[in-house]
Amino acid sequence: MSVVSRPVRGPVSRTVVRLGARSLFGRWRGVLLFVLPLVLVGLAVLVRALVGEDQDSAEAVVYNLGLAVVVPLVALLATSGLLASEIDDGSIAYLLAKPVSRYTIVSSKLVVALGSVLAFGAVPMGMAGLVLLPGSPSFALGFFLASLLGGAAYCAVFSWLSVLTRHAVVIGLIYLLIWEGLLGGLLDGIRWLSITRWSSEVVDWVASTELVDDLPLTYALIALVGVFVLGVRGTARRLQGFNLTGDE
Amino acid sequence: MTEIRIDHVSRWYRNVVAVNDVSMTIGPGVTGLLGPNGAGKSTLIALMSGFLAPSTGTVTLDGEPLWRNEKVYRRIGLVPEREALFDYLTGRQFVVAMAELHGLADAGAAAQRALAVIEMTDAQDRSISTYSKGMRQRVKMASALVHDPEVLLLDEPFNGMDPRQRIHLMELLRTMGAEGRTVLFSSHILEEVEQVARQIEVVVSGRHAASGDFGAIRRLMTDRPNRFVLRTDGDRLLASVLLGDASVRGVRLRSEGGIEVEASDFGRFSLVLPRLAREHGVRLLEVTPTDESLESVFAYLVSS
Repeated sequence: MSVVSRPVRGPVSRTVVRLGARSLFGRWRGVLLFVLPLVLVGLAVLVRALVGEDQDSAEAVVYNLGLAVVVPLVALLATSGLLASEIDDGSIAYLLAKPVSRYTIVSSKLVVALGSVLAFGAVPMGMAGLVLLPGSPSFALGFFLASLLGGAAYCAVFSWLSVLTRHAVVIGLIYLLIWEGLLGGLLDGIRWLSITRWSSEVVDWVASTELVDDLPLTYALIALVGVFVLGVRGTARRLQGFNLTGDE
Repeated sequence: MTEIRIDHVSRWYRNVVAVNDVSMTIGPGVTGLLGPNGAGKSTLIALMSGFLAPSTGTVTLDGEPLWRNEKVYRRIGLVPEREALFDYLTGRQFVVAMAELHGLADAGAAAQRALAVIEMTDAQDRSISTYSKGMRQRVKMASALVHDPEVLLLDEPFNGMDPRQRIHLMELLRTMGAEGRTVLFSSHILEEVEQVARQIEVVVSGRHAASGDFGAIRRLMTDRPNRFVLRTDGDRLLASVLLGDASVRGVRLRSEGGIEVEASDFGRFSLVLPRLAREHGVRLLEVTPTDESLESVFAYLVSS
């Protein structure tokens, strides 16, 4: 048996993307990814039917339910389904025992996660915005872009969490509930360290809303990009030092 | 010549020492890594496959470090112990994906060859989730062989295989060793190891207990004091007769009946016992070795 091999180059491996997509939608988590946006759009339709075109109600639905709950949960479900489960059962060894850069593996997995954020987070957010305020397309566009940027940052954070701990989903949920939800609502200063608030600033800029006070757009954008880069780097470095031991 | 060198390697997890100052060289041919469960075999294989950093010492493949070095996987095929696979794929899809990740020019053909070698062609289009334990082992083998590696590392590869599959895998490992590949597999069953391996490395409690061909290891295990419990219809008579033979080091009459014998020469004792019993009209009802478990054999090896 003799084989010819060529180096696996490029930032993204189509094989890892394909395997990731199959893995994500082949488990129960995949179903939840469809349920969350359905609930969001369904609620938007209900609110529009009951309240009509109302800026405050629209913001309450798309911000409080969409940007603060659906988008981070989609990011958490997608990244944990792609990395945490494979690390947990050890099957990630089949990807890591290959002459493929860890950055390529992480970026390929994130392509699938970002695709999920786009399909199950950003697009439904835009749709919900259009349903609630059809006369204000910038409102829908603002939430679409914010979901995409915020979702990307969340994906990077949760992927890092997935390689740091076996309890990534639980810790991710606690982080969302306590830090982003509870403390974010109580303490004003959290806006400097909150992915949801940073992405809200993008909505404020695009749609001229006032979701967050006193947060410069430049800071929000740099913070979102910075968290994304740090998350990818941290995940890849952690995977380079991945420990695999048997059941001993 | 492809060679994995483990040089004064220790690995500990907090206060637990999994591998303790082990040095060994794994060269071409088939090497068996033998030891009881929990001896450190999987830790050693993880160290040799670049999936674990040594706490001290070095692990190299032809002088190249294995830790944090993805390039070495061009030369290594790994069969991990854990059963988890990508259950949502068919066997063929899985092996093709592994071939693609190795950057093989014709991944489909390479996968087909590997599946044929491990006789999984018939079941290749079935979902992995429907595979038996033995089939999972074989598809893991195919994924490890798909890029034709110089080094093959297998952690407990015979687990879950039926006798026919076991014989086939043994034959395959022998062939790969004869081709000059460096093949290392772990097992806790001596008979399994001695049927395939040219060289045996024995690991007990994280330490390198013994090294050599299977003849040398077998001798180490058999030429040692062995304990037996005998049930007879003439305990006292047989005890006194046995004590007079050079192959017996000690005899004790058990309060609950029977004789406990410590034989210093197992080979001679096994010939002498029935002869002496017959000559003195004593009927042997039961002969039970009391320390034949592998753990006790290993314990002996470590203390010697």
